[in-house]
Amino acid sequence: MKKYNITVSPDFKPDKIAGWYIFNTYLQQAADISLHLNLYDGFEQQRKAIADGQVDLIYANPFDAAMLVNEYNFKPLVKPAGANDECVVVTSADSAFTSIDDLVAGTKIAATDDPAINMIGMRMLEPANLNEDNTETDVVVSFIAVAKQIMDGKAQVGFILKEAFDGFSNMVKSRLKVLVVSEIDVIYHGLMAAPSLHERAEELSNTLMAMNTEPKGKAVLEGLGFNAWEVMDDEDAAFMIDLMETLRS
Amino acid sequence: MNDMSPTDIVGDYQEHTLELYKHGTRKVYVTDIETPFPEGKLIVSVVDLDGNITHANKAFVEMSGYQENELIGELQSILRHPDMPKAAYADLWQKMAKGEKWHGYVKNLRKDGGFYWVYASIVPNVRNGEIKGYTSVRRKPSREKVEEHIELYKGMKNEEV
Repeated sequence: MKKYNITVSPDFKPDKIAGWYIFNTYLQQAADISLHLNLYDGFEQQRKAIADGQVDLIYANPFDAAMLVNEYNFKPLVKPAGANDECVVVTSADSAFTSIDDLVAGTKIAATDDPAINMIGMRMLEPANLNEDNTETDVVVSFIAVAKQIMDGKAQVGFILKEAFDGFSNMVKSRLKVLVVSEIDVIYHGLMAAPSLHERAEELSNTLMAMNTEPKGKAVLEGLGFNAWEVMDDEDAAFMIDLMETLRS
Repeated sequence: MNDMSPTDIVGDYQEHTLELYKHGTRKVYVTDIETPFPEGKLIVSVVDLDGNITHANKAFVEMSGYQENELIGELQSILRHPDMPKAAYADLWQKMAKGEKWHGYVKNLRKDGGFYWVYASIVPNVRNGEIKGYTSVRRKPSREKVEEHIELYKGMKNEEV
């Protein structure tokens, strides 16, 4: 049986690693397909693997959707139901800043290398006339590391995925002040298939969509932090890609 | 497009007649009441090649003051404010015709005669190599940029006379 490679956007939460391995095992059995899960440390390594044709199925960051669809002819299959990518812009709880408008040129930002969250975060700073040219960004390894930078006074604002922020302990949250939370609603991760899997795209979509209808599939989804998959068709992806394009500058 | 209705207007207003490209004239009533841009949100709409709205997100509907069913199928210029200079739209349509992205600061008109400022980005929706419509996304502008554009557009309007 031909073996295909599956990968996950490197911004997945560390506590979901086991969940993705279990998902990989589940999908192989449910769809009778041979899959090998490769996890990459960063977006650049993952993009190189995509360019080298080493990715057949990917749970992709929305920032990479345009590249995957337009340059490599990936086909969108499904997206997690109700799980949008939103950004929380935080500052320290004892900071004098009470709104984005209070920020000034030279602001130091703490962020991860999640390209979608960083783009949304930068757009949220625009009302204060801040952009990539008049701010300084410190890239750290995780969203909790972003929170730590803020709590330690090493950066004035931080960009955090809302899902990660919601999972922070009350102790961490109490030391942060939320300046703004994005409510964009239409930017999300999605599972996409390379041309090597196009002929099995419909079958894979059907298998994924049925996961929440049986106990084992439901448990696997819970391990990923979702309740169900939803169809992501070509137009859904095209709409999101157009919207992301408007946010690029 | 239908004229605005004075009964929908909230507060003291002034009457203007807009000349809409290819779509005749529209009588509008404007007030000095500004609605602040909703924090963290994007205002999103999609129009077809004729400028008719085919999709409007919740923030678009809320900020416009119209009901969704009053917007779908209507021309995007339902939001056209008389303080916007014609040259700003000419630049937009030139970019659109070439299939290029457009950015700009825009003062939009609400159903109740009030207004709101946005920073708008518009991209063509290319499907199978053809432009099928345009997606417009509006973000919260900085107050400094808005003040700059109030003066800039005032000057451009004066040159139209």
